[in-house]
Amino acid sequence: MRTVLALALLVFVLMMGVGAAYGHAQTADATAAGGAVTASPPVQDQVAQLQQQVSDAKSAGDNAWMLVSAALVLMMTGPGLALFYGGLVRKKNVLATMMQSFTMMALITVLWALVGYSLAFGPGTSFIGGFRFLGLQGVGAAPDPDYAATIPAQTFMVFQLMFAIITPGLITGAFAERMKFSAMVAFMVLWSILVYSPMAHMVWGKGGLLNAALGGALPTLDFAGGTVVHITSGVSALVCALYMGRRLGYPKEPMPPHSVVLSVIGACLLWVGWFGFNAGSALAAGSLATSAFVATHFGAAAAALGWAGAEWLRTGKPSVLGAISGAVAGLVAITPASGFVSPMPALAIGLVAGIVCYLMVAKIKGMFGYDDSLDAFGVHGAGGTIGALLTGVFASSAINPIFKDPQGHALASGLLEGNARQVLNQLAGVAIAWVLAIVGTLVILKVVDAFIGLRVPDEHEVQGLDLSQHGEEGYNLEA
Amino acid sequence: MTKIEAVIQPSKLDTVKEALREVGVDGMTVIEVRGHGRQKGHTEVYRGAEYTVDLLPKVKVEMVLPDSRVDAAVQTILKAAKTGKIGDGKIFLSRIDEAIRIRNEERGDAAL
Repeated sequence: MRTVLALALLVFVLMMGVGAAYGHAQTADATAAGGAVTASPPVQDQVAQLQQQVSDAKSAGDNAWMLVSAALVLMMTGPGLALFYGGLVRKKNVLATMMQSFTMMALITVLWALVGYSLAFGPGTSFIGGFRFLGLQGVGAAPDPDYAATIPAQTFMVFQLMFAIITPGLITGAFAERMKFSAMVAFMVLWSILVYSPMAHMVWGKGGLLNAALGGALPTLDFAGGTVVHITSGVSALVCALYMGRRLGYPKEPMPPHSVVLSVIGACLLWVGWFGFNAGSALAAGSLATSAFVATHFGAAAAALGWAGAEWLRTGKPSVLGAISGAVAGLVAITPASGFVSPMPALAIGLVAGIVCYLMVAKIKGMFGYDDSLDAFGVHGAGGTIGALLTGVFASSAINPIFKDPQGHALASGLLEGNARQVLNQLAGVAIAWVLAIVGTLVILKVVDAFIGLRVPDEHEVQGLDLSQHGEEGYNLEA
Repeated sequence: MTKIEAVIQPSKLDTVKEALREVGVDGMTVIEVRGHGRQKGHTEVYRGAEYTVDLLPKVKVEMVLPDSRVDAAVQTILKAAKTGKIGDGKIFLSRIDEAIRIRNEERGDAAL
């Protein structure tokens, strides 16, 4: 009986399917036949309609790529950075470390929506935006042509949000394993408003002092955030590490990473996510995005080999942690250059960054004795500075004609192309980033220290932040 | 009753277990431990920082046997666990005051 019913149901469904397809064909034929009978619209209307459709298609392509890029950049924070940093700390601090990255995803989002985006990208002075976009008013489906003419302003806003999220996340590497969660939250809110938004405004915002694309007085070439993201966070990290002091037991007590496995996974997610970070900064899905994608990848690859090679020569063994750190250093360095250089210079920038950052971390940090726990300064501060300066050397108008004469012809971008001045402009942008980071961070640290206190008490540091700050343990493997 | 504690190389555990089963020892407790005697450890490097790891992974096999069977068990372990190199481990023997089977509360040799 059941078989008969099942067969009947099957036949019924098949008949429905056939019927629907046949009916559709009938309707299509009817329309075609019917269309031949009525008169077609005038050619100008058809051309105008076609132009609109082409423009819509381009916007659709650009918007699709930009939304994917935004997602990729968010992935860099969670789980990319969370895993990368989480694996590097001791087991007792793994959750607290991941929580620092995760919290940025939530905290900075709200801040950005309320006031951060407006301060960074709203019209204002050369140094900071205003309150035009407070609460994201006016940031809707229509493009903001100053920034990106083919995508909704909201897409641009949310893409930039992901940068605002990851930048403070990077700083957490400096004070890992010893900062109070409450103090970190307060610090990050202030830092995002007082350091990140101004720097983003200066380099990328309307009227920004350093904005190369929009006629800033000191045009600094920073395609995706070498100064805005990496120098500010890296230098701030150094200030935090120096101000807060070393972890208990550092450097005598061994504190090896509890899971380089997690860090490898995190680093690979960072590499892939970086395509959104750099290639997405083209703000469109065209050949500049491709160029930035390729430069990014090449920079990472050369740097990984550079760090691993340097380590192999110096210690006799290439470590896995070294190789992945090298890749990250290369990605950092190529970030400002990614949309301005061709593939071979990208390899060169990566190689230099890999080797120099290795020496920063393996030699220089030890010489000065500061405890930058996860090498936020050594990789991001140093890598970002190297990348920003080398951008001034290798930038080419053939890749991206960022400077134009009054007639619209491309002018030389970088040193090798004939614009020696640009290296000085890069230096200016780098210097401003350093100063803003140092002064801003010091002020914020003092204020937060006075009201909340920055470090956890010694017993909590020994117990571990997972338990003392969050009441949790990362691994309950016996359960 | 004598307790035998044998600290051996982890790679030798299966060989030792099989060999003991063949001479009729079918009860033992196996614990993963770390330690060293005269064997040197190794150095690990993380981002330029060197760490000396001198507590090496070992395995400790414990069993309590009637005195009559101890010699055979010790010889079996020696033969199965030996590689001839530093780091092979050690065997310790100690006297046990009492043994009790939980299931039926048997005592003495009958509990072993």
